[in-house]
Amino acid sequence: MVISPGVDAFAIAVYESASFVKRFVVELFQRPIHFRELIKQCYAVGVLSLPLITLTGFVTGIVFTKQSRPSLAAFGATSWLPSLITVALLRSLAPLVTALICAGKVGSNIGAELGSMKVTEQIEAMEVSAINPFKFLVVSRTVATTLMVPALMLYCCCVGLMGSFLNVHGNEATSLASFFKTGFSTITYLDVFASVTKSFVFGFTIGIISCFKGYNASSGTQGVGRAANASVVLSMFVIFIEEMLIVQIINWLRGF
Amino acid sequence: MQREPQTQGGVPRPTVISVRGLTKSFGDRDVLRGVDLDVHEAENVVVLGRSGSGKSVLIKIIIGLLEPDEGSVEVLGQTVRGLSQRAMDALRRQVGFSFQNSALYDSMNVSENLAFPLRMNTTGLSTHEVRDRVYDALEAVGLVSAVMQMPSELSGGQRKRIGIARTLILRPKIMLYDEPTAGLDPITSGEINDLINQVQQTYHTSSIIITHDLTCARNTADRVAMLLDGRMQRVGSFAEVFDTTDPQVKSFYDYNFTNSEPR
Ligand SMILES: Nc1ncnc2c1ncn2[C@@H]1O[C@H](COP(=O)(O)OP(=O)(O)O)[C@@H](O)[C@H]1O
Ligand SMILES: [Mg+2]
Repeated sequence: MVISPGVDAFAIAVYESASFVKRFVVELFQRPIHFRELIKQCYAVGVLSLPLITLTGFVTGIVFTKQSRPSLAAFGATSWLPSLITVALLRSLAPLVTALICAGKVGSNIGAELGSMKVTEQIEAMEVSAINPFKFLVVSRTVATTLMVPALMLYCCCVGLMGSFLNVHGNEATSLASFFKTGFSTITYLDVFASVTKSFVFGFTIGIISCFKGYNASSGTQGVGRAANASVVLSMFVIFIEEMLIVQIINWLRGF
Repeated sequence: MQREPQTQGGVPRPTVISVRGLTKSFGDRDVLRGVDLDVHEAENVVVLGRSGSGKSVLIKIIIGLLEPDEGSVEVLGQTVRGLSQRAMDALRRQVGFSFQNSALYDSMNVSENLAFPLRMNTTGLSTHEVRDRVYDALEAVGLVSAVMQMPSELSGGQRKRIGIARTLILRPKIMLYDEPTAGLDPITSGEINDLINQVQQTYHTSSIIITHDLTCARNTADRVAMLLDGRMQRVGSFAEVFDTTDPQVKSFYDYNFTNSEPR
């Protein structure tokens, strides 16, 4: 039934993405498990993103500290800086920065790689060799991003705190021990748990969206470019929506 | 070149691929409109047709990459449609598919390209055995020297050979070649034609060779089938098919052999 081309196309897109996610869930637990490919992808996502995450985390920590100081200084409360930074980084900045960086770096990578495999018939080549390309390509990549983004988030948080500490140390002469002591006294296990969970969701989002876009790339070289581009844009969009929803849920949980 | 008759001592050879009344359309474009085709054991059948006539669609339906609208396909006695994934995989291990653009895995070198389908489809092969099978397959296509190269370093003809080697490594009973000589110079095309014949003789495979290259057809075909307007219009030996005044068939022949003469 045709309601209008736009509505129809949207319904089809929703149906196709839902089937894609469903297939992922089904095949996640089926044998064989391509362990070597999973390790390779974890390396590509985790280790190869370290330099970029180091830089952005560090800069975020320093800049956020510098920018927050005047507001706190107005109340003579610069001693609250470590607490403020730790809470901000762990609860919000580190998950978001890590997810956005990974969406840009890893998402475009996966989108372009799977897209070019699609248009050059490499995915069909796997199928005719009785290899399940979904299992081999999509499941391994999505599991890798889901596992690696939380790890990178924690790392980003640490690097950000180091950046912040350098700045605080330079200005307020706070020692490393007291910086982390005040910082960590403000956060709870719920904060850590919430951020890690959030990062799992972000990692899954990046992996599944990029794989979906690459796996369904339209033919031709523009198809590859479009898949890479759409992977990044859609991942970032969905990450912001999820951030908003998850914050509501966490704040509701804090009420208990 | 008519090498062997379709009967052996008066007994017809068994049919390995049987296509009946196949139709397929994309949107409002009818690509296949009732294709019938039989391939017998150890036979090379060439399917000729213009670009866009649906040749690739036909063999992709045969291997189950595309679903037909109507009609039936039987491969090695099994109806392709409605096979479970497991049965489909078992069937696909017995069918080699050489892609038009070779479809080598860009991220792997030649040796890994060949070992990959083998490792994924067999259990308990030692590294040593895998290596031996890789070298056997490379020897069969005469490209042992390329074993450590990346696909991007290979020429078009070499890519085709590696693509064929990658399918041979699973020792298929049937080979499907999609435009094996497209985009190659005449000498390399000739080598690929020889390779196709050699594969058929060494491994006793039955093949469908899709092409619009009449030199390839003439050199490899036991039988030729001409795909025109979505149907198999003429089936027979190369000479039989082109012994006609049908303008569409004639123009196909003339285009290949007359236009390529120096003017
Ligand atoms: N997946 C597809 N979606 C839509 N149209 C397709 C698809 N595959 C093939 N076609 C169309 O079917 C026709 C035949 O294609 P094909 O079998 O590739 O031709 P050829 O004989 O050159 O191999 C072409 O017009 C092509 O546009
Ligand atoms: Mg084709």
